[in-house]
Amino acid sequence: MRFAVVVFPGSNCDIDCYNAIEDVLAQPVEYVWHQANDLSEYDCLILPGGFSYGDYLRSGAIARFSPIMQEVEKAAAEGKLVLGICNGFQILLEAGLLPGAMKRNDNLQFICTTEELIVNNNLTPFTNQYALGESLQIPIAHGEGNYYCDQATLQDLEENNQIVFRYNNNPNGSVADIAGIINQRGNVLGMMPHPERAVKELLGSSDGKKLFQSILTFWREKNDPS
Amino acid sequence: MYKAKIYVTLKADILDPQGKAIKQSLLTLGYDETKEVRLGKYIELVLNVDLYDVAVERVKEMCEKLLANTVIEDYRYELEEVAV
Repeated sequence: MRFAVVVFPGSNCDIDCYNAIEDVLAQPVEYVWHQANDLSEYDCLILPGGFSYGDYLRSGAIARFSPIMQEVEKAAAEGKLVLGICNGFQILLEAGLLPGAMKRNDNLQFICTTEELIVNNNLTPFTNQYALGESLQIPIAHGEGNYYCDQATLQDLEENNQIVFRYNNNPNGSVADIAGIINQRGNVLGMMPHPERAVKELLGSSDGKKLFQSILTFWREKNDPS
Repeated sequence: MYKAKIYVTLKADILDPQGKAIKQSLLTLGYDETKEVRLGKYIELVLNVDLYDVAVERVKEMCEKLLANTVIEDYRYELEEVAV
């Protein structure tokens, strides 16, 4: 399975994502610069955290119009897996690949800590190795992670089981304690917490490992059912 | 040419945590009359466009596409003709 980590000017979790794929899955992974215009050889695209374009205007607003985003949209439409973490999630929201928007954290602080997440849907390509309701320790590091969507959208998210992760102790004011959501088709996941920073006990938690293992498990079952 | 003055603010029904903090600070300073504070962005553009209608159309498109996130933000603008 081939992974691409998309690098925007200002990405700063790209190396963590790269290492997570290499260490946890031992699968081929490459960095792809935001001006690239062909992602056809990859099976899973990761949009990493950071501060693309300095978060100017709004987080993700400018990155969303990077040349590579057309390819990301194409890949998503083809059903390939797309994972946006932190700033990557913000970019997916700005691009309209996921519904809603991010606001400043309700306490106005940049929060850098480890939060407890609850797995709210374990039937996705990204969470099939977790148990439903499993509690995870995953770091967060963001100033704008206060997820917002209107009531109708929230109802859709609930009804379609698109809320994949919730915070147990909502740190930022997100609607319905949302920490991560998936699109209706189930191939594009956005989450504010950083699973790539939780892949070894040495890092404080290895609860993020199963997210990456889920991706590979899904892909293997799909491509080689034997 | 036209100069566009664009104001982007959070929609009225969306809590503005920054506005809330500013309001608290104003109250602390003794400005007891402060009822509500909304923080927004101000963007100024000069457009190389001759016709007013075209300027309106382009500015609207810019706002919808990039300058405002219409999921959470409203925008308004003023256009004035400026000398070349």
